[in-house]
Amino acid sequence: MVDDRPLAQRLHLDLPLLFGILLLAGLGFVVLYSAGGQDAALLVRQGIRLLMAIGIMFLVALVPPRHLAFWAPWLYGASILLLLAVLFVGDVGKGAQRWLDLRVIRFQPSEMVKITVPAMVAWFLAERPLPPRFLSIMTAGLIILVPTVLIARQPDLGTALLVAASGALVLLLAGIGWRLIGVVTVLLGACAPILWYLMHDYQRQRVLTFLNPESDPLGSGYHIIQSKIAIGSGGLYGKGWLNGTQSHLDFLPERSTDFIFAVFGEEFGLLGALVLLGLYLLVIGRGLVITAGAQDTFGRLLGGSLILTFFVYVFVNVGMVTGLLPVVGVPLPLVSYGGTSLVSLMAAFGILMSVHTHRRLLSG
Amino acid sequence: MSPGITLKDKARESLLLRNRVIVALLVVLTLTVGLLVRLVYLQVLSHDLFATLSENNRVKIVPIPPTRGLIFDRNGVVLAQNQPSFTLEVVPEAVEDMEATLQGLAEIVDLREADLERFRRLLKGRRRFEGIPLRFRLDEEDVARFAVNRHRFPGVDIEARLTRHYPLGPAGAHVVGYVGRIDEQELQRLDAADYSGTSHLGKTGVEKAYEDELHGKVGFKHVETNAQGRTLRVLERSAPVPGNDLELNIDVLLQATAEQALGSENGAVVAIEPQTGAVLALVSTPTFDPNLFVNGIDAEDYAALQTSVDRPLFNRALRGQYPPGSTVKPFMALIGLETEATTPDEETWCGGFYQLPGRSHRYRDWKRVGHGHVDMNTAIQQSCDVYFYELALELGIDRMHDFMSRFGFGRETGVDIGGEVAGVMPSREWKRRMRNQPWYPGETLITGIGQGFTLTTPLQLAEATASLALRGRRLQPRVVRALSDPETGARSILPVAELPPVVAKLDSHWNRIIQGMVDVAHSARGTARRIGKDSPYHIAGKTGTAQVFGIGQDEKYDAEQLDKRLRDHALFIAFAPVEKPRIAVAVLVENGGSGSRAAAPIARRVLDHYLLRDAVET
Repeated sequence: MVDDRPLAQRLHLDLPLLFGILLLAGLGFVVLYSAGGQDAALLVRQGIRLLMAIGIMFLVALVPPRHLAFWAPWLYGASILLLLAVLFVGDVGKGAQRWLDLRVIRFQPSEMVKITVPAMVAWFLAERPLPPRFLSIMTAGLIILVPTVLIARQPDLGTALLVAASGALVLLLAGIGWRLIGVVTVLLGACAPILWYLMHDYQRQRVLTFLNPESDPLGSGYHIIQSKIAIGSGGLYGKGWLNGTQSHLDFLPERSTDFIFAVFGEEFGLLGALVLLGLYLLVIGRGLVITAGAQDTFGRLLGGSLILTFFVYVFVNVGMVTGLLPVVGVPLPLVSYGGTSLVSLMAAFGILMSVHTHRRLLSG
Repeated sequence: MSPGITLKDKARESLLLRNRVIVALLVVLTLTVGLLVRLVYLQVLSHDLFATLSENNRVKIVPIPPTRGLIFDRNGVVLAQNQPSFTLEVVPEAVEDMEATLQGLAEIVDLREADLERFRRLLKGRRRFEGIPLRFRLDEEDVARFAVNRHRFPGVDIEARLTRHYPLGPAGAHVVGYVGRIDEQELQRLDAADYSGTSHLGKTGVEKAYEDELHGKVGFKHVETNAQGRTLRVLERSAPVPGNDLELNIDVLLQATAEQALGSENGAVVAIEPQTGAVLALVSTPTFDPNLFVNGIDAEDYAALQTSVDRPLFNRALRGQYPPGSTVKPFMALIGLETEATTPDEETWCGGFYQLPGRSHRYRDWKRVGHGHVDMNTAIQQSCDVYFYELALELGIDRMHDFMSRFGFGRETGVDIGGEVAGVMPSREWKRRMRNQPWYPGETLITGIGQGFTLTTPLQLAEATASLALRGRRLQPRVVRALSDPETGARSILPVAELPPVVAKLDSHWNRIIQGMVDVAHSARGTARRIGKDSPYHIAGKTGTAQVFGIGQDEKYDAEQLDKRLRDHALFIAFAPVEKPRIAVAVLVENGGSGSRAAAPIARRVLDHYLLRDAVET
């Protein structure tokens, strides 16, 4: 039988989503060139990483959601084992034990967990009627808690919280009652002192500095102060591409990675920021449309959680860079330099495309 | 469950999910609006504030280079220090028109052609935002003139820097070494953070070998700068940790005496204190002025040093390899006793030459008429070659190699400043490996008198002589005695390392050969009787005269030079006082002709300085 569907459909690609991703990545290259000191080699490296990640997205998109659902528990189990392996035999990089060196490849299992945790929770809940009953909620909570704790012990509090959030989003989408959400929120608030006690010094310092950056202008408050100056001085139209003085004269550390939005804000101003956020919203909007139109519960839950987690990244990064949130090591997706989170990001988009393009046209 | 209920559940689920998605969308939009509000606050409402801050109040982190440790000799004489000086520096990133700037500067401050040449050279291969020095040692007038015109030259400034200075100049240059600007390759290997403020690195000698101890740790200061990068004020300072001072074992007056004694000859003197392995002097002549290298030596000066036939930059004490000549004879004699190949009283007839059994080739003695009947003591004292040809044949090259290796011949001594070579102590195996040839008996003979393939460095000879003084006990030579922390004054003495000793079967073996060496200087016919005649202390020594084989070099010489370069090298090893040795010395005079005429008197002057001066002081 000749397959005469359009190419995009055969490849299981969702063109609007792909388009939005590519636009964002393109904008990312533009600002990365400036932030990286006009280093063409940097762009090439990032470009290669991006191509490989897009390749992964294509591959994942080909897998139908019911296969993803079948493999979810196995992958989850494997990722737990890998997290345990990291804790016991992992490599240390940047002061935390996050990496596994498998001679051929070096990777962070916590990246894998960003997909497997919501997938597992989604699989678990999809089997049961929604909204989930109390016992199911508790079990889901456990599914989320175990990897979260393992990551937090690396120590990597930022990623741990994001993983927990992605799992929690599945629960929220699955329809747990508002009252329950309220109760849990209050409980978490009450837990704050315990969390404070458990935090490392530098993590506490970050929170304190966030609350008052001027108290430590040359230490950890430095990032926030410099970032705000950079963004603020950009004004409405920005200083122009490659003209970011603040971010270029070695004043803004991490300017190619976590703080790249500061370079963006300085060079393209408020209008540029509007364009960037607009693009993110388009991508997120498309993701939510896909989620709403998905046919099976698993696809909806997982897809929705993944796209909303994407938003969380954007919100946390921009919030941190503008001084609304404490400094946590969260990169700006598709724009920041670096490849580790790019893979899980593109895999997530691949899943969304898969969910969308594997719909069977049912009658009724 | 019946299909009906499932369907209804599905529909209800869809609705539920759709509701949640809408809620999610609303939350997303709200939060995004929140971000936009924040951005409006920063970029519109507070724009003026931040724009001003961005222009005027930038905070820069500037490294503070640590003060390099000083180097002293064992009596506290300063060999290397840091002198403050004003340097004119340029940060190319901050300069718009380099040529115009340079021209403008030339009108205000004296700039030589060499300065500009060096400046252009340094422009390549340096770190971003690093200041490149244009001119050193500005005087106060220059500084004042520039200060008045400073505003015309963005990116140019005067820096007060500490420059390394060697107050004694050429004396001890080969031991102390010198520092020079860090080049690209070195930059790759260094810890960039720790060296971020440092411009110079030890290149040779003690300066290089102890770079880590001398360097210290970099400090930082946070400064407020304006748009042009000019420092407005210092906000915070984290002090650097100064490098440790080094106390050397070297006695610089002894070093100077040895250098003077060598005079205009090319050569080396190494003096060691046997009990501790302390290197008291490490001399190589000709020497050079290390101060020339500190700030980038002029191309002309460097060419002069490099191409000079006498090779002043070459450290002969550590890297010069010479046949030891007759200085090996005491060691050979010891081997003879140890292996029972001979006894002290066994006599040999020396008629002025030796022949291998059944061969006609004559191996000559330096004394054409021969020494007559010689026993071991006479053979050492008068340096009879025939005696040792015969002994060598009896011992065989492999036993000689084995024994001599125990004294460190053919091996690096492991001296702490490094940069030495191992020399050669040949053996059958060595010749196979290096030349793929069998060993010939004639080669054994000449090895027995320290010729042939054998090569030693003056340091090795001195160390082996020190071991003789201690009757086989061996210590690793050390140039640096102690480190001291300039802030706390805490002094840490570096440990002395014992090497595997040479053990003799009988004490009397040592006695015999040492007596032979004493007679070299103090008996009527000893080859060094001239220096032992009037000495107030007893010297045990051995002369050596090493034939020069034409070691080819690429340079051309004129006839006069050619002659000199074919003359024998003169060597002398000694320790004194024999009863309680306090110093062991090895002297080498390149092409000096005769060990007793050229090298021994130098050794006597060195010993006099060390032993008599102290006697006077006590």
